Amino acid sequence: MSEPLLQVRELITAFDTEAGLVRAVDQVSFEVAKGQTLGIVGESGCGKSVTAMSLIGLLPQPMGKILQGEVLFKGRDLTRLKNSEMRKIRGNEIGVIFQEPMTALNPVHRIGKQIAECFLLHKKVSKKKAWESAIEMLRLVKIPAPELRAMDYPHQLSGGMRQRVVIAMALACRPDLVIADEPTTALDVTVQAQILDLIKRLQGEMGMAVMLITHDLGVIAETCDEVVVMYAGRVVERAPAAELFARPLHAYTRGLLASIPRMDTPRKSILPVIPGMVAALRDFVPGCRFCQRMGRDGATLRERPPFIQVAPGHWVEACPICYAATEL
Amino acid sequence: MMTPILSVRDLKVHFPVLGGVFSSKIGSVRAVDGVSLDIAPGETLGLVGESGCGKSTLGRAIVRLTDATAGSVSFDGRNITHTGPRGMRPLRKDLQMIFQDPVESLNARHSIREILEEPLIIHGVGNAASRAARVKELLDRVGLPASAQDRYPFEFSGGQRQRVGIARAIALKPKLIVCDEPVSALDVSVQSQVLNLLLELQREMGLSYLFIAHDLAVVKHISDRVAVMYLGKIVEMADAEEVYHRPKHAYTKALLSAIPEPEVNRDKKRILLEGDVPSPIDPPKGSAFGHRIRHHRYEETIGADLSLQELAPGHWVAADPCCLTPEDWALVSKEVPQLV
Repeated sequence: MSEPLLQVRELITAFDTEAGLVRAVDQVSFEVAKGQTLGIVGESGCGKSVTAMSLIGLLPQPMGKILQGEVLFKGRDLTRLKNSEMRKIRGNEIGVIFQEPMTALNPVHRIGKQIAECFLLHKKVSKKKAWESAIEMLRLVKIPAPELRAMDYPHQLSGGMRQRVVIAMALACRPDLVIADEPTTALDVTVQAQILDLIKRLQGEMGMAVMLITHDLGVIAETCDEVVVMYAGRVVERAPAAELFARPLHAYTRGLLASIPRMDTPRKSILPVIPGMVAALRDFVPGCRFCQRMGRDGATLRERPPFIQVAPGHWVEACPICYAATEL
Repeated sequence: MMTPILSVRDLKVHFPVLGGVFSSKIGSVRAVDGVSLDIAPGETLGLVGESGCGKSTLGRAIVRLTDATAGSVSFDGRNITHTGPRGMRPLRKDLQMIFQDPVESLNARHSIREILEEPLIIHGVGNAASRAARVKELLDRVGLPASAQDRYPFEFSGGQRQRVGIARAIALKPKLIVCDEPVSALDVSVQSQVLNLLLELQREMGLSYLFIAHDLAVVKHISDRVAVMYLGKIVEMADAEEVYHRPKHAYTKALLSAIPEPEVNRDKKRILLEGDVPSPIDPPKGSAFGHRIRHHRYEETIGADLSLQELAPGHWVAADPCCLTPEDWALVSKEVPQLV
């Protein structure tokens, strides 16, 4: 792999709550290579969105804090930047796509103006040039009649069209990295297919890297080169996508894959399930948190299992119970 | 087919659109626009479609939470199309509903015991002691501890709340449950737990389900037959395997190809649709899907009868030249295939 574009090292993000500091992200490390797509998958509360917000300095304030770790983007540690410096990177070198386009767009401004703003803010161009570039972006994300649509307000567009506008804004300054947090979760399946196809096509044309955060393993399988599986604030497995789906090694990854009904699952059969649920943030044990969910007690709950590389690029949290080493 | 537990005929639910200075009626939303279906005892009919296709409105009209504009709904041999709330009360025992968001469908100020006991009290089932025993039994059946009964909905996770919603629905041993997106809001690992519970309850109690969802893999897993809805109409209905392995309607084919499957297969062919589902306020005059894909035969469908035809035994599909292969269209229309 060439020099990674983004390197996250031992990141710990905590929230100041009434119960004290609780760690939503607990020593998470991964890399995103230039032009590649990294998927981060996990269930609600696993820390995948908090990880993304930590990278781009959008943690809820004043509760959210990065306690430890580095986020190296093109060699600079983003955790050390001032807000003003971060603003120059966000929307310029790093584009962001959120789940709900209606909250990402300003309801009282025309969409053309909102996209043009990206150019005015980051690229020192005239207003006229910025407006023209905005229309060009709308054309790029396949919005029909972009000159007319640029005059619309967000509420005049459908959900899919709004998400296209958000993508146009995220990509306006030709970023090196796009962070997409559940970009298609609120959309219908046929519209989701359009949006995923659009992101993939633009990635091919512009060569940016994508960090895609989702709970949907199907979306991951269709779009990602590499996958990070998070559980309870930690990475439990990380592998190239083809490898992960063919040879999942952590009990959580296996359980998750087995519990999804597929087209060829025998109809009306009882699905394999992962029993129980994720513990509350403040109750997380220091050791293996999947053992905690399975109701085990003993040594594995006390000490954090090592994160080891078992095949080229295939890493797994090696809890003696949850890591199926025997299958290797 | 056995005598159906539920029979819906040409059901229409239109909502007025108000506008102008005097809030007069300026149009109508044709949420459900001529739907017919049957559900047999013990059967699950899956209903899939994208948002705004009218699937939830159809479910609500069936349980009489929304008034029908035209057509009929018969439940257990009785026509309930215009039965009022009082008339429905004895029937509620047999006809229940599970909602997508258990946060909104459970009264936040009632303890779980009160929530589960309420239907028993309303229907005069047993005395205080037997009701308390039944509440415990229900909690146990849906996999919640007996200690849950003194807690309140907000103290539970989404999956647990959905279990409470299911416990309430089965409290009176119903015959049919309309499930409106019961697992859509749940995490993957919890979703399979709830699906298993619904399957087990069906086996034990002989329940029928109308299972409404947008997730096709989930619907296929739980259903015996599947109906695909598009803009207020059912466009295809058949045995679940048949719909998934031999889809006939262009919309069903597009929906199926759009499902992301959790395995890496980069050669998969996608049918990418352009545009969005059209608005049910001013729907296209002819074939709604033909209009979306700008089919060259769209003009022919204006004013034509696009109702469901049985293309193969038990496999019903809209007689729509825009949405069928020329071969299937020839079968449906008995049109002589033209040599080009």
